[in-house]
Amino acid sequence: MFRTLRPAAQAEAVTITYEGRPLSVPQGISIAAALLGAGEMVCKSMPTSGADRAPYCLMGACFDCQVLVDEQPTPVQACLTPVRPGLAVRRVPRPTPVPEGVAHD
Amino acid sequence: MTSAPDLAIVGAGPAGLAAAIEGARLGLAVALYDEQPEPGGQIFRAAESVAAGKGAPLAAFGADYAEGPQLVARFRASPAAAGYMPRTTIWLLDRQRTLGHVQDGKARMLRPKRVLIATGAQERPVPLPGWTTPGVMTVGAAQGLMKSAGQVPEPPFALCGSGPLLYQFAAQLVAAGERRFTVLDTTPKGRWARALPFLPGALRDTDLLLKGLGLMQKVRMAGVPVLRHVRDVAVHGNGRVEHVTFRHGNHLGELPVQLLLLHQGVVPNVSLSLSVPLRHVWDAAQRCFRPALDAWGNSDVAGIAVAGDGGGIGGWQAATAQGELAALEAAHALGRIERAERDRQAAPIRARLKTALAARGLIDTLYAPPPLAALADATIVCRCEEVTAGQVRAAIAMGDTNPNAVKSRTRAGMGPCQGRMCGLTVSELVAHARGLPPDAAGTYRLRPPIKPLPVAVLADLDTSAVEEEEDAT
Amino acid sequence: MSMPPNSADAGTGSGTGSATGPDVIVIGGGLHGCSAAFHIASAGRKVLLLERDVIARHASSASAGGVRRLFRHPAEIPLTMASLELWHAMKDMLGDTGDFRPTGQLRVAETEEEMARLEARVKLTRSMGYDHEVLVDRKRMFEIAPALGPQCLGAIHVERDGYAFPYKSTLAFRNAAAKLGADIREGVGVRGIVRDGGRWKVDTNAGEFAAPVLVNAAGAWGARIAEMVGERVPLKALALMMMVSARMPHFLDPTVGTLGRQMSFKQMQSGAVVVGGGHRGTPDLDTGITQLDFRKLKTSADTIGGVFPIMRKAEIVRAWAGIEGCTPDDIPYIGPSRTHDGLYHSFGFCGHGFQLGPIVGSITAELITKGRTNLPIEPFRIDRFGPDPDAVSWEASRAA
Repeated sequence: MFRTLRPAAQAEAVTITYEGRPLSVPQGISIAAALLGAGEMVCKSMPTSGADRAPYCLMGACFDCQVLVDEQPTPVQACLTPVRPGLAVRRVPRPTPVPEGVAHD
Repeated sequence: MTSAPDLAIVGAGPAGLAAAIEGARLGLAVALYDEQPEPGGQIFRAAESVAAGKGAPLAAFGADYAEGPQLVARFRASPAAAGYMPRTTIWLLDRQRTLGHVQDGKARMLRPKRVLIATGAQERPVPLPGWTTPGVMTVGAAQGLMKSAGQVPEPPFALCGSGPLLYQFAAQLVAAGERRFTVLDTTPKGRWARALPFLPGALRDTDLLLKGLGLMQKVRMAGVPVLRHVRDVAVHGNGRVEHVTFRHGNHLGELPVQLLLLHQGVVPNVSLSLSVPLRHVWDAAQRCFRPALDAWGNSDVAGIAVAGDGGGIGGWQAATAQGELAALEAAHALGRIERAERDRQAAPIRARLKTALAARGLIDTLYAPPPLAALADATIVCRCEEVTAGQVRAAIAMGDTNPNAVKSRTRAGMGPCQGRMCGLTVSELVAHARGLPPDAAGTYRLRPPIKPLPVAVLADLDTSAVEEEEDAT
Repeated sequence: MSMPPNSADAGTGSGTGSATGPDVIVIGGGLHGCSAAFHIASAGRKVLLLERDVIARHASSASAGGVRRLFRHPAEIPLTMASLELWHAMKDMLGDTGDFRPTGQLRVAETEEEMARLEARVKLTRSMGYDHEVLVDRKRMFEIAPALGPQCLGAIHVERDGYAFPYKSTLAFRNAAAKLGADIREGVGVRGIVRDGGRWKVDTNAGEFAAPVLVNAAGAWGARIAEMVGERVPLKALALMMMVSARMPHFLDPTVGTLGRQMSFKQMQSGAVVVGGGHRGTPDLDTGITQLDFRKLKTSADTIGGVFPIMRKAEIVRAWAGIEGCTPDDIPYIGPSRTHDGLYHSFGFCGHGFQLGPIVGSITAELITKGRTNLPIEPFRIDRFGPDPDAVSWEASRAA
C-alpha cells in the first residue's frame, strides 16, 4: 500500500499486533502509518452498514481510522496515536444493533 | 502550566507558531496546544524530523517546506516553547474562554486571558460515489505520510481532483523517485479564462504563480500521465478500491488502482470556532464558512481571536502574518503595549499579509469546487453515519429547513467527526434545495466535546484551574 | 379525530385587518406551538405560527424526549394520561408516529429510603384512582433492565410510556398543521403586541400581523410575550444539559431514571445513549445561546457508571442544552389570559412538557373553539402567583 523511502535510514523497528498478528513497524510513526505501511488498512466496521472503513484524512478530522488499542474500551484515532512496543491494535467491531423496538401503530 | 496563560493558542501550524513567538517576545505567557507530536501544522508537518534526515529527503518537498524547519527552530528558541503541549486535543472552548484539553488521557479545563484559534485548514470533502471505500484517501493524507513517516504510495495509484496541492504532491512524488501514477485533474474547462481577471492581483506575487505552473510542468516532464478536465469520477471495489472510472472528453476511462488520493482544495477547520459559537459568515469566493473577524483577527466573542487558514484560506505566509497581528492585539488588550505601538509594529506585517493574499482570487476561481447540485442521490454525504445525498434531500422535502433539522432527522453530522466531513455539503444541499444563500441556510451547531471524550476521562476532569480563577475574581 | 377540509386561502398572513388574515396567531414553534397549530387548524381555523428561530429549536429538540407519565405532579396526571393516548394515536392523527417508541419508563431506587419513597408514590397515585405506576421488585426490575448496577433495589415501571424523537415529533405536528393550511413561519421574532379593537396586532421583524386570537406558546420566552400585553408572571429560563454517547451495543430498552441521582438514561434506536442529569448550563434568552458547565457534566460522568456499569466504557460525543422556562411551582401555565380576551397561554413546562405536547395543544384548541375543556386546568392558571412576579417566593411555591 505504502512503501518506506530510504529504509536503511529507518529508525529501529518495534513489534505491534493487528488483530492478533504481529507486525514489525518503524518506531515513532502513527498506528495508521504503521498499518498502511504493512499493507493493512481496515480500522473499523461501520455501525450502520457494517462496511469496512480505513484511514481517510490522516489529520484527525474524519475518525475513519478509529481503532481499539490494548484493553481500552473506547477507540483512539490511529493517525494521532504513536506506535509503541507490544501495542495490540484491533478493529472497532460493529456494535450490536438495537432491535426495532416495540412496533408502533 | 498551573496559572492561566495570557494567550492560549490552539494549533501549532504557521499561524500558531508565529503568534506564540511574537506573543512571547511581547512578554506574554503563552500556551500552545497541538494534536500532532511535532510542531509545524499540516503544511510543515514533521518539519524537524524531515530536516534531521529521519524520513523522506527534505529536498523532495520543495522550497516552501524548507521554510518549515526554520519557523519551528525559531519557536524552539523562543520562551514560548516552554508552553508547548504536543499530542493535546482541545475538546471545549466556550464564550467565557473556558478551554478544555486532553493529553495522555488526562482532561483539564482552564480559562486563559486570551485564546487564539489557529486550527488551520482541512481538505474540502467532496462526496463522490465510492469515496468511503478503503483505499480512498486524501492527497493531504498521503502527503502527511510522506512527511511524517517517509512513506510513499505503492503503484497502482492515482491522484484525483483540483487545486494547488494536487500538483505539489505529484511533484514531490516525482522528486522522491515515484513516477508510476496518474493524475486525474478535474478542473473544468474554461477555468483559466474565468480566473484571468484575477491575474493582475496574482502578479503581485509572481513567485507563487510561477511556482504553481512550474510544478505542473515538472510532473508532465517526468512522464506522469495527466488527464485534464476529468468528470464523473467513481470508485469501485469490493471492500477495497479496485478501480476508478471517469469521463475524459468523450471517453469513459477506467484505471485499476489500489489507492485513490482525492483533493479539492482546502477549507477552514471551523469545528472549534463553530462550537463556541463564534459568528460565522459565508465566503462566496472560497465557498465555505469562516468566522467573522476584524483586522486583528478578533471574533465577536471578547478575548477569542482566529488567525491563519481557520479564519479563511490564505496560505502559510498569510497565516504567519495573521498570527503575529493577533499576538500584537493580545499584548495590547492585556496592557503590555500601547495602541500606537501595536499599530506601528503591525504596519510591516500588514504589508506582508497583503502580498501573501494577492493570488487568492486567482486560486479560488481557478480551483472552485464542483457544484453540489450534480451530487447523485446514492452518494454518501455523511461518512460516519453513512447518510446519502438522497436522504438529505428527502429530509428537506419532509420540512427540514436547516442543517440542524436535517441532522436531527438523518443523523448526518452526529457521528464521531461531528460534521467535519459533511457539514459544508449539508449546508449547501439545504441552501440549494431552498433557493437560499448558504449563510441563510446556516451551519450545524457544533456541540462540545468537539472530539469524543471517554466517560472515564470526563469523570476525572481536572477543573481546579477554573475554580481558582473564579475564586480570584 | 375529524379532519376538516383544508381552509382556503390560508398563508397570506401579513397585513393588519386583512380579510384573508389568520384567525389565530400562535407564537412559538416548539412542540406546544406546533401541537396547538395542528389542533386549531383541525378545528377549521386559519392559523399563522410565528417562530423567532427555527421549528423545535430549544426545549422541543434539546429535550430527552421522554414520553413519561411516571412520577408526574398530581395536577398533571389527568393531562398526562390523556396525552399518552394521543401519543399512541399519532399515526392516525398526524400520519406520522413522530418516532414514538413505547418501550416503557422505569424509576429506580438504589437505597431503602428511596424504595420507601417509590412505595409512597405508588400509594398516592392509587389513592387518586390511577394504576399506571407499578411497583416492581428487584428481580422484575432486572428482567426489564438487566444492565442496571447491582445496588438497585426495585423500581416503578410504567408500561406504554416510552420516548420519542423530539425533533421528529415536533415536525410531525408542524407538517400536519401545514397540511391543514396553517402558515408556519421561521425567523419571525415578536417585538411587540397591542390589542386593537378586538384584534391582536403583532409587531415582528418581518412586519405586522393581526388576528383576533393569540396563543402564547413561546416556552422560555413566554413570560416576555405575556408581559408585552401587561400580564406579568414569574418564569426562569433554564438550560437543561444533556449528553449523548457514541453508539453502544444494545443494552437497554426502557427509559430509566434514578430517584436519588436524578439522572435519566435512554438508548436510542441508533445505539447512542442519551443521558440527562437535571444539571443546568447558562441560557441567554437574547441570543438563544446556551453555555454548558462541564464541571457539572463531570459529576454526571462520575455517577453514570454507578447506575449502568457498561456506561463506564462509553464515550461522550456531544453535550447540549436547550432553553426552557420554569415556574415557581414546577408546573406550566396553561389556559386563558386573566386580563385579556382572545389570549391563551401554554408555556413554562419546567423541563417536563414534552409528553404533554399533544394534549395541551388540543386543550388550547378546545378553549378557543368551544370556550371550555373537560380536563382540569385550573392548577395551571396564569395568575396563580398574583400580579407581582417579583414578590413570589420560589422556595415556598416549590415546597407547596
